[in-house]
Amino acid sequence: MDTGGLIALLREAAPTAQLEDAPGIDLQPTIYAARDDMPELTRVLRDRPELAYTLLIELTAVDYWPREPRFEVVYLLVSIAHRHRLRLKVRLHGDDARVATVSDVWPAANWLEREVWDLFGIVFDGHPDPRRLLMPEDWEGFPLRKDYPVQVKLTPRTTEALQVTEEEFRANLTKDRLSRDQA
Amino acid sequence: MPGIRTETMTVNMGPQHPSTHGVLRLVLELDGETVRSSSPTIGYLHTGIEKTTEQKKWQQVIPLVERMDYLSAQSNSMAFCLSVERLLGLEIPQRVTDIRVLIAELQRINSHLVWLGTHGMEVGAVSVMLYCFRERELLLNLNEMLAGFRMFPSYMRVGGLREDLPRGFHDAVRAFLDRFLPKLAEYEDLLTKNEIYLKRTRNVGVISKDDSVAYGLVGPIARAAGVDYDVRKYFPYLGYDTYQFEVPTQTLGDVYSRYLVRVAEMKESVKICRQALERISPTGAFAVDDPRVTPPPKDRVYTEMEALIQHFLIYSQGFTVPAGEAYVPVEGPRGEHGFYVVSDGTNRPWRVKSRAPSLLACQALERMIVGGLIADVIAVIGSIDVVMGDVDR
Repeated sequence: MDTGGLIALLREAAPTAQLEDAPGIDLQPTIYAARDDMPELTRVLRDRPELAYTLLIELTAVDYWPREPRFEVVYLLVSIAHRHRLRLKVRLHGDDARVATVSDVWPAANWLEREVWDLFGIVFDGHPDPRRLLMPEDWEGFPLRKDYPVQVKLTPRTTEALQVTEEEFRANLTKDRLSRDQA
Repeated sequence: MPGIRTETMTVNMGPQHPSTHGVLRLVLELDGETVRSSSPTIGYLHTGIEKTTEQKKWQQVIPLVERMDYLSAQSNSMAFCLSVERLLGLEIPQRVTDIRVLIAELQRINSHLVWLGTHGMEVGAVSVMLYCFRERELLLNLNEMLAGFRMFPSYMRVGGLREDLPRGFHDAVRAFLDRFLPKLAEYEDLLTKNEIYLKRTRNVGVISKDDSVAYGLVGPIARAAGVDYDVRKYFPYLGYDTYQFEVPTQTLGDVYSRYLVRVAEMKESVKICRQALERISPTGAFAVDDPRVTPPPKDRVYTEMEALIQHFLIYSQGFTVPAGEAYVPVEGPRGEHGFYVVSDGTNRPWRVKSRAPSLLACQALERMIVGGLIADVIAVIGSIDVVMGDVDR
């Protein structure tokens, strides 16, 4: 099935959904979907027998900062019955980075969404266990965002050579000896 | 009897437990010896490789991704190279493709041997571990012959291989394959009908066919439950559709079925290796003839100005990859894996995401151990073959 046929099928099953064909360089069918259509669309993709995308292979995100909408959440789907793959994408704005969870459709999404929240700070509404997955729980910031500092540049600290006169040196020496004798 | 107080006990297993294959921590709630609930904690091995790759040039990523899933190093780097080559639109020579098939299948045997050894040891068959590591040693010797490095050879390159096969490699692989099959039969004698092993593994850690798909466990775990999904058959890459081999499946989905599937897979890998050996000609191209990605041979670098410039361009600036994204799935030892690669048209990747089969196996672990005995937890962790380097990345 080509992408056009797939989109026609989806339009028929979910007439209100906004879909956009985006041919990729690697010739995999790629579809952009609107965020609000996701709960309906994912169920159609899994449950319609002529689609049967029962397997969520991968769920991840890409940060295109400073472009807006900066985030793209990527769902890689496989239909084992029809030997077909699909890349489903959702664009998200940086100031409103949230999308409905799909962990109720594909249980595999549970940890994958936690990982995306952990590393990108994208909120998955309705997620059963919205905690960090890989980073420590008290970590600040989202490391895979492009504006997260990677190599923090510190101004090199130079130390001046200690300027000591001979009197000060001798005074220090005796003070040192005294303290050692007392100890 | 009134007056007896019963309560569940919380036990912390890991992260330093020897049989959690790395640093997996499980907090188990026990009712007697029955596991009531479990919550896995991961992330102890998180090294931020995906972030690091965004700072590196394309070819510098190869050694990094080999260290993600450290038991299938060459399979990782091959998957990464395939994705980048798809973006570059390179036509890879047939000989390189056949060598890659050979290396990938040897890597599968290597990984399954470590799995069989550690899993056997954990359920009490310590001798299996010694034998498996003996054969794995021979595979590591092959790696050493190939690239000088035993665990992470970094032999794959975008556009081909680092250098040609060493002299005598065909014979060395043949000698290994001839030795390996009888040895594998010996391991099977030790385990397949072993009463103790059967008692430890049959009907333990069962996951159903539908659940294994829902949890994304494609690979040996799903094949043990009856899902015949194998990327080599469903979405052929590297010309796997021209090789003769079977995809072994079982139906029960327990630990013993996973054992049967993996042992059968090793036999199929041997078959594929023999076919690949027949196809690889002794001499020929070992990389694509494209000056963008393949450095010129050393004798030309020493004698020709253009070759010298090309050499320095590749090793200092790297090469640029057209903007776009690619994901080429391959069948790794632990199931489908691959690299979702995004390029912005520069000499460094914009995003590299590894599809980690171990992460999903870890996620589904709870489903397999709750309701079972605590002693079976070890058998199940062994059977799903998690590599924590792949889980945490």
